[in-house]
Amino acid sequence: MKDFVIPGHDGAPAFDDRDLGTPARRSNRTVTLTIDGFAVTVPEGTSVMRAAALAGIEIPKLCATDSLEAWGSCRLCLVEIEGRRGTPASCTTPVAEGMVVHTQTDTLRRLRRGVMELYASDQPQQGLAGPMNRGTPLQRMAAVVGLNAVRYKAPEGGRMASHAEPADNPRFRPVDASNPYFAYDPAQCIVCNLCVRACDEIQGTFALTIEGRGFESRMRPGMAGEDYLSSDCVSCGACVQVCPTGSLMEKSVIELGLPTRSVVTTCAYCGVGCQFEAEAQGDTVVRMVPWKHGKANRGHSCVKGRFAWGYATHRDRILEPMIRESIDEPWRVVGWDEAITFAATRLRAIQARHGRHSIGGITSSRCTNEETYLVQKLIRSVFGNNNTDTCARVCHSPTGYGLRQTFGTSAGTQDFDSVEHTDVAVIIGANPTDGHPVFASRLKRRLRQGARLIVIDPRRIDLVRSPHVEAAYHLALRPGTNVAVLTAMAHVIVTEGLHDERFIRERCDWEEFQHYAEFVSDPRHSPEATEALTGVPAADLRAAARLYATGGNGGDLLRPRRDRTFPGIDHRHGHRQSGHADGQYRRPGWG
Amino acid sequence: MMRIFVPRDAAARALGADAVAAAVLREIAARGLDATLVRNGSRGMVWLEPLVEIETPQGRTAFGPCAPADIPAILDGQSDKALGPVEAIPFFARQTRLTFARVGLTDPLSLAEYEAHGGLAGLRAALAMTPEERIATVRDSGLRGRGGAGFPTGIKWATVAQAPAPQKYVVCNADEGDSGTFADRMLMEGDPFCLIEGMAICGLSVGATKGYVYIRSEYPDAIAVMEEAIRIARAAGLLGPALLGQGPAFDMEVRVGAGAYVCGEETSLLNSLEGRRGVVRAKPPLPALEGLFGRPTVVNNVLSLAAVPWIMAHGAAAYRDYGLGRSRGTIPLQIAGNVKRGGLCEVAFGLSLGEIVHDIAGGTASGRPVKAVQVGGPLGAYFPPSLFDTPFGYEEFDGAGGLIGHAGIVVFDDSVDMLEQARFAMEFCAVESCGKCTPCRIGAVRGMETIDRIAQGDPEALPLLTDLCETMKLGSLCALGGFTPYPVLSALTHWPEDFARTRRAAA
Ligand SMILES: Cc1cc2nc3c(=O)[nH]c(=O)nc-3n(C[C@H](O)[C@H](O)[C@H](O)COP(=O)(O)O)c2cc1C
Ligand code: SF4
Ligand code: SF4
Ligand code: SF4
Ligand code: FES
Repeated sequence: MKDFVIPGHDGAPAFDDRDLGTPARRSNRTVTLTIDGFAVTVPEGTSVMRAAALAGIEIPKLCATDSLEAWGSCRLCLVEIEGRRGTPASCTTPVAEGMVVHTQTDTLRRLRRGVMELYASDQPQQGLAGPMNRGTPLQRMAAVVGLNAVRYKAPEGGRMASHAEPADNPRFRPVDASNPYFAYDPAQCIVCNLCVRACDEIQGTFALTIEGRGFESRMRPGMAGEDYLSSDCVSCGACVQVCPTGSLMEKSVIELGLPTRSVVTTCAYCGVGCQFEAEAQGDTVVRMVPWKHGKANRGHSCVKGRFAWGYATHRDRILEPMIRESIDEPWRVVGWDEAITFAATRLRAIQARHGRHSIGGITSSRCTNEETYLVQKLIRSVFGNNNTDTCARVCHSPTGYGLRQTFGTSAGTQDFDSVEHTDVAVIIGANPTDGHPVFASRLKRRLRQGARLIVIDPRRIDLVRSPHVEAAYHLALRPGTNVAVLTAMAHVIVTEGLHDERFIRERCDWEEFQHYAEFVSDPRHSPEATEALTGVPAADLRAAARLYATGGNGGDLLRPRRDRTFPGIDHRHGHRQSGHADGQYRRPGWG
Repeated sequence: MMRIFVPRDAAARALGADAVAAAVLREIAARGLDATLVRNGSRGMVWLEPLVEIETPQGRTAFGPCAPADIPAILDGQSDKALGPVEAIPFFARQTRLTFARVGLTDPLSLAEYEAHGGLAGLRAALAMTPEERIATVRDSGLRGRGGAGFPTGIKWATVAQAPAPQKYVVCNADEGDSGTFADRMLMEGDPFCLIEGMAICGLSVGATKGYVYIRSEYPDAIAVMEEAIRIARAAGLLGPALLGQGPAFDMEVRVGAGAYVCGEETSLLNSLEGRRGVVRAKPPLPALEGLFGRPTVVNNVLSLAAVPWIMAHGAAAYRDYGLGRSRGTIPLQIAGNVKRGGLCEVAFGLSLGEIVHDIAGGTASGRPVKAVQVGGPLGAYFPPSLFDTPFGYEEFDGAGGLIGHAGIVVFDDSVDMLEQARFAMEFCAVESCGKCTPCRIGAVRGMETIDRIAQGDPEALPLLTDLCETMKLGSLCALGGFTPYPVLSALTHWPEDFARTRRAAA
């Protein structure tokens, strides 16, 4: 992983890292209210908590975070609203025009302290400074509300019940350290449900739940009797990230302590491009935390970037430049100057002897765009030839070809955020939950909101049916028949008149489209004609094509490797064409 | 043919009604009588159950409480259990039975008898109205939710009616968890078609085509009767693709609760209905806008829905004419605890608590003076005799530091220890808490411990208890944690002497 940008340094813009408590609301209507005497204007539907945060007023909170819908359980965020009874929770109360909110009053101070006193009365013996309780929001809130003492105590001859005592709570289980990367200590849990909601809403794995009720309520991974490791958990780390107590904590932090500095960087594992804050003590990485401003991941991550960074300090890592005269000699550690001079001299020598074209450079698909750019720059302007390539180019040349032929450019048509606007998603030959988990989580979220999914794949990938997600159609085609299936889809769209003529006339070459339409309309491309070849029932294919054409904003996700073969090019080409015919590209949620 | 009535109501059965019914059948057979046995609902006079009624040309005469051995004498016309005409029994005679008009009178599962006694008139009237008129009728009747919060039913219905959605629901809250309450059960067992009709009118009025009755699992009789009644109503075309063969579609089904008090709280109930853990949802969104499966949903108590057929049939004004202040119509009081005459008594709002306790209930069964009356279930305040002039109404009880809740009234004599009652309130909250919010989940447990310290004479514990009650009252997410302080603080306010223990006294 490479240093990418340091916010607030070297002229880079500073990012707002405050947690605004509840997610942003989109609305074209705004509401103006008064909070602690300040007028605030926010989109309709925004919570009082978020409105206050935007105005720079922090309301104490423990069960709210701006990546998850409000839940309203900790009751620290209570406020007073003029004309309303009681003390509503600011995280679950939407703003209203003219509302007058007070976030700091004597009553509120008493209530918040009362709630914190209850929390503190049910924390393990070490109270809020337990061994794993490292700078947690729970500790901070205790300080913010000014909790000085816990007045609760056991009656004489009795005991003060603790949710972490089997005698008081038969459901209690001790620390679960089964996950290799983080530990779960139920003793410190305040049952805020953030972890459960993160696993459901952000990750979409539904591995966690709260079992029991009342004082016995306890977060539990998996089914009865399971631990973290045997549950459905995929170790994405989202639950750990949101936990406001020491209950869920990275083992690296337990071992090393809290990090003291952080650097924003990009994960090089897969093409999603998640951004992380590498948190470190000096040069020792303590944990990798997905960065909330990362455009690809928006604060989420998968197990690889989050936890599988052991290579950073692996003993096999080469930390110094080494050179050798020939392959039968041992490596020799040298200084940078010597190494660079050595490499430059040798490369020049090869060119002098064998000609300008005798050398070239190829970059790995693990390299960032910037690194690849620098390498080709070196080849072109220093070596003076065009012998340069990147492994990603090899994988993606059919993609690039198809996109270029169809759109005139080989770039992707949408960013990841656009999935939030998709109504119909088509996945062809890709398995995002395995290959690109962070994108899969974002897609699943959209599917749970009601978007529909068409999977075109011989395999029954996870997304065909997983918790709270089910594909509307799974076209389990025979391998090698992608082009036929996509052409048949185009056949249905064109012959049933489902294409958007106005859009096509506006954005495409109408004559060329007519050629294409004529071609795909040929009865030999009909789903019925190709059924025997593709193995896809014609009725399913027709229904899927209709859904794609009429179900709202359509988008598709293709997996690069599929495109390596020449049919791959045709397929991509064909698919893009049908998308275009349907008028589905280049708008948010389309493409 | 003579008809003999022995209730099938669960309270009557618990007191031996099944054995009495068997005895009736035996005697009919032995004597070769031209008589049939009808298992009716209960008339609500629980202290007289099993109450046997015999139909005579002069009306129905009552006998009770009966044992199987009493049946021969009753049939011989010389029983010492004779109570005279059932509707002349003072407890019954002073009532205004609108919602419970048919309960005890008819065979609960006879649709024909239901219609013969005024059933379906409300639905027919509603079908003839415009959508606006239906909502307006409910609104103008002044009907307020009988489940506890007293929210105006018409406003709730109007909210759902105005919410645009492809699907809406009617959910009947029949979880009836409050201690000392049984009106919902009696209605479902004694006149299930009334609830079906009420729900159908609701569906018609708000545009919902599907209804659910969420009944607590501890009510197997009510579940069986409701299921059978729904089946009959469906077969008769009352429910189904067209209400009464002429209206829009409406169908309903029974869902059985999983045994948690908090599942009577409407949002928790909706979670439970959806198959989720029964935890309370934060409001907003209101269930009326985002309820069952995220769709606009009316959640109403059994009694709220069952009041509607009468209102539709007789008009808003007729209902509104009963009652006092902003509490209109009638309220089925459920009287229990240490009383001479316990049971269900439907009266217009406005009787004083003293009248209810002394005149209707006849004072304590033990004969000792009344010390405290808890009104409104386990979350309701305790009233001392000094507050007996409080008229029975939402605002009036609120003003006296209490609530009427589901109108359960539990009477205690002077042997009760109010500190124990306060502790019980905390214990109930601890046992029944859904565990979502902190003031209730941890607070109720600390409340028990703190009251134990008070009992031991720990002087620091009393101020801590009042602080805790403030945190629970203002901080809790729902009324379980939020209202538990009512019984606790009312006990502390009215009977401070029960809390004034010294260390020595405790030792
Ligand atoms: C802890 C708790 C338990 C409740 N139990 C019931 C119940 O058993 N039956 C009921 O009708 N309402 C119950 N309620 C009230 C419901 O939340 C809701 O207000 C009611 O069903 C609305 O119907 P209504 O407007 O007809 O009263 C309960 C509320 C709370 C907070
Ligand atoms: S690590 Fe990820 S998948 Fe595992 S429980 Fe936590 S949120 Fe769910
Ligand atoms: S483990 Fe952490 S995030 Fe999960 S409920 Fe407990 S305190 Fe909240
Ligand atoms: S007050 Fe109690 S029952 Fe209500 S939401 Fe809170 S924990 Fe659940
Ligand atoms: S932050 Fe609002 S209740 Fe927890």
